[in-house]
Amino acid sequence: MNRRVPLPLLLPAAIGTVFLVLPLVGLVVRAPWSDLGSQLTAPGVGTALRLSLVSATLATAVSLVLGVPLAWVLARSTVPGRSVLRALVTVPLVLPPVVGGVALFLVLGRQGLVGHWLYTQFGFTLPFTTTAVVIAETFVAMPFLVVSAEGALRAADARFEDAAATLGADRWTTFRRVTLPMVAPGVAAGAVLCWARALGEFGATITFAGNFPGTTQTMPLAVYLALQSDPEAAIVLSLVLLAVSLATLLLLRERWLGRSRVAAA
Amino acid sequence: MRKPLGVLLALPLVLAGCGGSSTDDGAAGAASSSADDVTGNLTVFAAASLTGVFGDLGKQLEQEHPGLTVTFNFAGSQALATQLTQGAPADVFASANQAQMDVVTKAGLPAAEPTTFTENALEIAVPKGNPGKVTGLADFAKPDLTLAVCAPSVPCGAAAEQVFNAAGITAQPDSEEEDVKAALTKVQLGEVDAALVYATDVEAAGSDVEGIEFPEAGKAVNTYPITTLEAAPNAAAAKAFVDLVEGPEGQQALQAAGFRAP
Repeated sequence: MNRRVPLPLLLPAAIGTVFLVLPLVGLVVRAPWSDLGSQLTAPGVGTALRLSLVSATLATAVSLVLGVPLAWVLARSTVPGRSVLRALVTVPLVLPPVVGGVALFLVLGRQGLVGHWLYTQFGFTLPFTTTAVVIAETFVAMPFLVVSAEGALRAADARFEDAAATLGADRWTTFRRVTLPMVAPGVAAGAVLCWARALGEFGATITFAGNFPGTTQTMPLAVYLALQSDPEAAIVLSLVLLAVSLATLLLLRERWLGRSRVAAA
Repeated sequence: MRKPLGVLLALPLVLAGCGGSSTDDGAAGAASSSADDVTGNLTVFAAASLTGVFGDLGKQLEQEHPGLTVTFNFAGSQALATQLTQGAPADVFASANQAQMDVVTKAGLPAAEPTTFTENALEIAVPKGNPGKVTGLADFAKPDLTLAVCAPSVPCGAAAEQVFNAAGITAQPDSEEEDVKAALTKVQLGEVDAALVYATDVEAAGSDVEGIEFPEAGKAVNTYPITTLEAAPNAAAAKAFVDLVEGPEGQQALQAAGFRAP
């Protein structure tokens, strides 16, 4: 098969690549390579990076647990008002994240609808904790997973599920043993998007969780604050975040591609 | 845009202190009145925290001089200083700190020695009703209160560090906010018991927020310098505006907004 890229595709693809990659090149060129070592070992960098990775991973896990069933409801069920439901759960995609953070305050904050009850009943508050970071990141990132997983579910052939049902599998078994393996690559792609979005999350996090080193200061927050006083340190921190996320994504992609090839064979 | 249609009305106006010193300026040519040379366009570059007060003073000056149109560029002082040193045309520059005025002075832009026209000091902002029963700066050392300060890398955070050091207090904040407005928002939402912000922010926040003054605030006062610029296209109007700001009316408006007299 001829796999050469047709010219009408090649040119926009090349421009697109340049457009997306050039800002990254700018960061690499402007990075203070000479004092990279001292910037990297500055106190707080490791803490912020660890917090970022842990909270983004937790947010992705929560998104998987809640988001895949939600995607199934959107794609397969006959719940009335499904299109309204779909629009509602993708609201965080268009909501400015800072507004999302304020919205989380209004529900889960100390004076919030639910948060106030938690506070008065149990003396328990969510804002300014690491849990708040995970909540903010989940709120912003989960729609990416839901949209991807729903797309995969719609593309999957429902006749396999019908076949499983005729062979006596109940609906839960069908979902676990037939549906989920079928849509796994789509869900995985959604999970990657979700993780990447959570890792870079800034607005909702700094609003709802605040910014305190070791508790709620993730890498994007550290980058933003470094930018106020020391732009070079901000560039270094950005590059660290980029390098770690690129490495993670490449690694996972290799594994998943390998698996899907096996599945296709 | 206002049209300079009130030339005749402007004739009887007496101008305070802008007679002899004003240079001839082309921008005032639209109204060739010799009695009121404060006409044309006046461009004022001012720190964002001055938006409310300066906007009002600008309107007042326009009313006093019907041929005058005042245009403001409100932004962070650092951004304004950069724009000015890059050649942006302006008549007046008012900075929220000495450092950015120094940048402009070093570039030789001011027409005269900049003068301090007002000051802004920190104040403790608490939600309405003061649920945390905060009384002073010492409460920022209490770990059981939910507290916000600005991050040390932003100006209000640097000022907070100064007052804590001066008072010998080890603050126990729950969040180091990215700017003073973010800290204030958390007070307005009632999510923190107290935050350290500027007195003007407390004033601007309205009834949701109560301010508590504290004596250590004097250790970290932001001074606001103002100057007319050498290359001012409208030197006469520039002088009139600075005079208004430094005069009793300007000072009264500034203090109503929470600023302190220099």
